[in-house]
Amino acid sequence: MNVELRGITKRFGSFTAVNNVNLQIRAGEVLGLLGENGAGKSTLMNVLCGLYAATEGQILIDGNPVSFAGPGEAIRAGIGMVHQHFMLIPVFTVAENVVLGVEPTGPLDHLDLVQARAQVREINDAYGLEVDPDALIETLPVGVQQRVEIIKVLFRSADLVIFDEPTAVLTPQEVVEFFAIVRSLRDSGKAIVFITHKLGEIREISDHIAVLRRGEIVGHADHPDAISEADLAELMVGRPVSFDVKRNPNPPGEPLLEVADLTVLNNNDDVAVDDISLMVRSGEIVGIAGVQGNGQSALVEALTGLTRVAGGTVSFKGKDITRASARERHRMGFAHIPEDRQRTGLIPAFSIAENMVLDSYYDDRFSTGPTMRWDVVNKAAAHAVVDFDVRTTSVFDAVSTLSGGNQQKVIVAREMFRDTEFLIASQPTRGLDVGSIEYIHSRIAQARDEGDGVLIVSSELDEILALSDRILVMFKGRIVAEFDGATADKATIGLAMAGRYEGAAA
Amino acid sequence: MSGNKRQTDGMYESLLRRAAPDRTAWEDLVVVPIFAVVVALLLGAVAMLATNVDLATVGRSYVALVSGSVGSFNAISETLTSAIPLTLAGLGIALGFRAGMFNIGAEGQLLIGGMAAVITGFSLPGLPMIVHVPLVLLVGALAGGLYAAIAGWLRAATGAHEVISTIMLNLIAYRLVDYLLRLDFIQREGRSDPISKSVLESAELPRLLTWLDPNLRLHAGVFLMIGAVIFIHWLLFKTRLGFEFRASGENPEAARYAGMRAGLVIVLAMGLAGALAGLAGANQVSGVLGRASPGFSAGIGFDAIAVALLGRSHPWGVLLAGLLFGALEAGGRQMQVDAGVSIDLIGIIQALIIVFIAAPLLVRALFPWGFSKARPSAKE
Repeated sequence: MNVELRGITKRFGSFTAVNNVNLQIRAGEVLGLLGENGAGKSTLMNVLCGLYAATEGQILIDGNPVSFAGPGEAIRAGIGMVHQHFMLIPVFTVAENVVLGVEPTGPLDHLDLVQARAQVREINDAYGLEVDPDALIETLPVGVQQRVEIIKVLFRSADLVIFDEPTAVLTPQEVVEFFAIVRSLRDSGKAIVFITHKLGEIREISDHIAVLRRGEIVGHADHPDAISEADLAELMVGRPVSFDVKRNPNPPGEPLLEVADLTVLNNNDDVAVDDISLMVRSGEIVGIAGVQGNGQSALVEALTGLTRVAGGTVSFKGKDITRASARERHRMGFAHIPEDRQRTGLIPAFSIAENMVLDSYYDDRFSTGPTMRWDVVNKAAAHAVVDFDVRTTSVFDAVSTLSGGNQQKVIVAREMFRDTEFLIASQPTRGLDVGSIEYIHSRIAQARDEGDGVLIVSSELDEILALSDRILVMFKGRIVAEFDGATADKATIGLAMAGRYEGAAA
Repeated sequence: MSGNKRQTDGMYESLLRRAAPDRTAWEDLVVVPIFAVVVALLLGAVAMLATNVDLATVGRSYVALVSGSVGSFNAISETLTSAIPLTLAGLGIALGFRAGMFNIGAEGQLLIGGMAAVITGFSLPGLPMIVHVPLVLLVGALAGGLYAAIAGWLRAATGAHEVISTIMLNLIAYRLVDYLLRLDFIQREGRSDPISKSVLESAELPRLLTWLDPNLRLHAGVFLMIGAVIFIHWLLFKTRLGFEFRASGENPEAARYAGMRAGLVIVLAMGLAGALAGLAGANQVSGVLGRASPGFSAGIGFDAIAVALLGRSHPWGVLLAGLLFGALEAGGRQMQVDAGVSIDLIGIIQALIIVFIAAPLLVRALFPWGFSKARPSAKE
């Protein structure tokens, strides 16, 4: 199936999300669609999937103009999308999830799961997907769940498959397997659209590349080797980008945070952090790599005083702080950038100023007796907004009105706009545009250069590699490997993240 | 150099400027409640017509509703008298909402507070009024607060949901009051029915308008109401504790991450909410009823939930909503007298108002000309 987008424009009120986009999507080829968050990639694909009606322009399938009144019609026309967030029911089996909404039924509405299973097997065999149709979704690793989503799309006989940021949730090994699946889909004649903001991946998998910025196609490459990563980045962002975080080679100082034999249980009393020991010196960035869900969140909660530890000790500058509360640690100079800015980092309905003092409002600077000194808070917030380049018109604007990058800058400003000694940053740049990533990385490096100890937890290996002086790899609650930041190699760390590293563990 | 400095100063100044209130936010806060009241009154008329009340009587009853609520000194006095406990208890509920808690227990807290106030009111003869009245109010607030704090503590310590526990505490409060009213120490001498002794004159909230007409019931509780509105406004928006309440209510996880003590916030917020309900109970026994009888709370604690919802959990909004509900109460009584329409109709109208408040999109659809056309489109 060949699909052509001709002059597609989508406006929301006066805002133009997609402007006059022309694209060719051909059978047996992978089109890589590159762009930052908010560039209009998702809007464009939602038009193609029938979720939005285009304001102007035409969609042609095999030369015939079509229009979709809803997603159902697009699916019937053979367009399928694998969303970034999976839409699976955890307590159902693979086969049950695949047939959901298009269940094969017999007389009296009897659900024909035998047929469903057989069809899942058929698709399995055709593309080498290796998914057990009877497995419960909740027992499957994320990479396999993604394959279930792919089966769902193929089950609905899609000839065009759109992947929206498909690698965000995968380990490096899973990415390799995923790419193999994409190639086998392509070779069987499907048309593929691959949406991403990752430069390396797009060059590896795409046959053609289109770059989207502010709703417009700003660049094309008919062959991935025809364009360099730096050029792609410049097209995407609109200015030259530097990927190297400037780091001064200052030697690390005294041990700042020492963790010994730390064990933490999660809410179900399962071991989340299993007997971990680690140390962070002042002036050093330690990166914790690992696939999400291997105990990183519990480790961070324990180190910041948000959860009780089951065993082991945490000490800071030689003092035992295992039982110190989050606020006590905050007073000692801990800064914490939480992993989920919407859920734990910010109060979206509150103003920027209120969010700026969320964890320091009790300080004498911001309150006298029982009353808040809002005038002081607002002025301090205005300074922090300027200093940390938060793009807003007023400190009284609700944080929910800001873009993701600016929301994250509010958190970074709140945590670092004071004298800190130790910074814990969890997924500090998740889902951000390149410009914001660059900026936040430079502030983290600056904190290190000023002598702070820094612990970065991230599932983005590139981020860990760009920032860390030392890299620890977490797998199933344990630290399974340690690498020097300067010499670490991506492939080896990737193996360790999958629990397949045979070297000496830290 | 100095030009540069001026430029940055200008930047800070503009950052410290508040944007004009968003039109849709204003519409949701002000226009929707007004239309909700209008639709509820219209549907109230429909309900009357559907039950064979003729049009003239419908008209007469709404005239009575207006004249009974604002049509005379007596009407205004009655409206304010009814509004006082609704506003006090409504403030408590609103405070709970702001802190993320749904306190269904104002009724029980009001009963317990009122009971404690009655006992204080009749058992301490010889106190001067200037001591006795504040003492009665304080004891009522304290008792209501402690009673509500039980639900708060259960939530903080065990995770028991406050909706369930406050409902149960309401039932306990009803029966506890029935039981207490038959104790020799409390029951009025020579009575076999459960009714308490009357509070002493020194424990009565003084009436304010008897110099105009000895029948005007408006009492000093009205100052209590206005004082409570101002205090809660100050507490919520100007204090550290209020910031903690609001943060915990909006996003408890973020509040926990910011080092706020969730358990303490829950117990304090429930305690304060209960204190306001207890104050409403003390206000009733000391300003209106003069004694306690079974079910003397008269559903005020439940109406207060509606008042808090209608007032959008904002102290001044609660005051306006309390005045409106007070007016409906007072006017409803007049309606019953003048037009023979049951006061239950007022209950229906009050309930309808809340239904429409809870469904702003419905109100927008019914009155498209009352709202700006362009809804802000969803951002990408």
